[in-house]
Amino acid sequence: MISVWGFYRARFKTALAVQLQYRVALAIWMLGLVLEPIIYLSVWTAVAAGSGGVVNGFTVSDFAAYYIVLLVVQHFTQIWHMWEFDWVIRQGILSGRLLRPIHPIHNDAAENIMYKLLMLVVVVPSVVLLVLLFQPVLNPPLWSALAFVPALLLAGVLAFLVGWCVALAAFWTTRTFAINQVYFIAMFFFSGQVAPLALMPPLLQTLATLLPFRWMVAFPTELLLGRLTVEAALAGFAAQAGWIALSAVFTLLAWRAGIKRYTAMGG
Amino acid sequence: MTPPAIAIQSLRKTYQVSQREAGTGAALRSFFRRSTKDVVAVDDISFTVQPGEIVGFLGPNGAGKTTTLKMLSGLLYPTAGECRIHGYIPSRREAAFLRQITLVMGQRNQLVWDLPAGDSFELNRAIYSIPAAEYQRTLAELTELLEIGDLIKKPVRNLSLGERMKCEVAGALLHRPSVLFLDEPTIGLDVTAQRRIREFIAAYNRRHGATLLLTSHYMADVEALAQRVVVIHHGRLLFDGRLASLVERFSPHKTITLHVEPLNGHDHDLAQYGQVIERDAVSVKLRIPKAETARITGRLLAELPVTDMTIEDPSIEEVIEQVFNAPADRPAEAQP
Repeated sequence: MISVWGFYRARFKTALAVQLQYRVALAIWMLGLVLEPIIYLSVWTAVAAGSGGVVNGFTVSDFAAYYIVLLVVQHFTQIWHMWEFDWVIRQGILSGRLLRPIHPIHNDAAENIMYKLLMLVVVVPSVVLLVLLFQPVLNPPLWSALAFVPALLLAGVLAFLVGWCVALAAFWTTRTFAINQVYFIAMFFFSGQVAPLALMPPLLQTLATLLPFRWMVAFPTELLLGRLTVEAALAGFAAQAGWIALSAVFTLLAWRAGIKRYTAMGG
Repeated sequence: MTPPAIAIQSLRKTYQVSQREAGTGAALRSFFRRSTKDVVAVDDISFTVQPGEIVGFLGPNGAGKTTTLKMLSGLLYPTAGECRIHGYIPSRREAAFLRQITLVMGQRNQLVWDLPAGDSFELNRAIYSIPAAEYQRTLAELTELLEIGDLIKKPVRNLSLGERMKCEVAGALLHRPSVLFLDEPTIGLDVTAQRRIREFIAAYNRRHGATLLLTSHYMADVEALAQRVVVIHHGRLLFDGRLASLVERFSPHKTITLHVEPLNGHDHDLAQYGQVIERDAVSVKLRIPKAETARITGRLLAELPVTDMTIEDPSIEEVIEQVFNAPADRPAEAQP
């Protein structure tokens, strides 16, 4: 019997060992991590200042809280395998993984989890720094703060499944860059990254509700900020569960079809 | 009779490749309408391998060897026909099947580039859930046979090609597979490293009774390891049998090396005896039809001042080259 847990433990160790070799990359990554919310915050602070300190009920310190929580949520829901999968296929790396008696998704999932845990050494100080700089106001009801944890976990699972499914497009085309680009643009607008969804035009808000991105990022963020009613929170969990089920089925089907097509090029 | 370890029945693989003419016009046309062509990589191949047997799998580049090995290890779906490894259908990639096999490819890298090979071995231990004691025993055996005790502590990126290959082989065998597919395991290695890997493969086969299907461009590998060879060309099976009978069957010639004294002084018309392959001041090498060997040697001895004479089968390289140069539509099999 294959011990999946044993595999994850061993994979964590190798991922950790690899990451620790790249100290400079870690530092650059930390810089990017801090810069992004600073840029959004500066923009929205300027907008708020121009309209009497408040934009649609968001004060400057509300924006600060929003973007700092968003940073944490984005960290736990990020996925990058679509940038690598094409290479993994063309280089024959996938062939090596297919020869192992464990599904290749476990390799990526283990790496994803490991990376997120490891990078907390960068994320935590970044958050502390931003909190000191921008003095956010964060005052959620207890139930909402507690519900944030499962919402974040489900968001992580959902983002991983959807992202992995997008990565599988590499089975059909070598130009995955365009597909990935569309995915990240949709993510940018519909996940609440460019602006809190409450500030978006109604049409975009409706679209965001129908697409999965909101449930990956905006939903847990708004939950921790205490901006959701109990009903909205329950609806959010239902949406997460539904999308996870749907993307799991779709990933399974896409994987099966992709593997059929896969002809182990090169070598 | 025990059931075969590898059973291949009418195996066939066709690739669909897109194609277009050169030029901008053709590029534009292909933007709207792609034309594809079926390329037959493996064409109706059947053979079996018994447990514990080492079989050399030969053929020129593009003959379909790697495609066959990929079908046997479950990386490619056959277009038609069937293959079974210990009863398993490879393309299903069942865990129980994958635990029994390994595929080593000369250029493929299973080891994590940035880490010592030992770390990748640990990962394999977890993947195959190898019990600690067994793992230590296997690792000790592999490091000793391959002489890689010190190497597995160095990052893989700092190893030479030969060192890395030895570590790759060790990593591929930690789970003690019973069926090994080795695709050019010695490619690009120096003679010493080649011999080391070759000896190791033979030792592994003896110790564990493993079944091996091996491709190599180095006939030394094949001569040292394989009691039997399977030759494919243009995707078709040309020959299946002992290496010695391959030479007998495909080489209708013998090579005679003559020392004639004094060769330079007399302008002997050597071409009347056979085809002159090489000639220098004191010796000459002739290729003659096998059936005529007795008659021609008799004539040579009677008509020329021969001081020494050797009669040999051509080298395996020569025979293989001859087999591969045979046109595809007229299989060499048809020859007597």
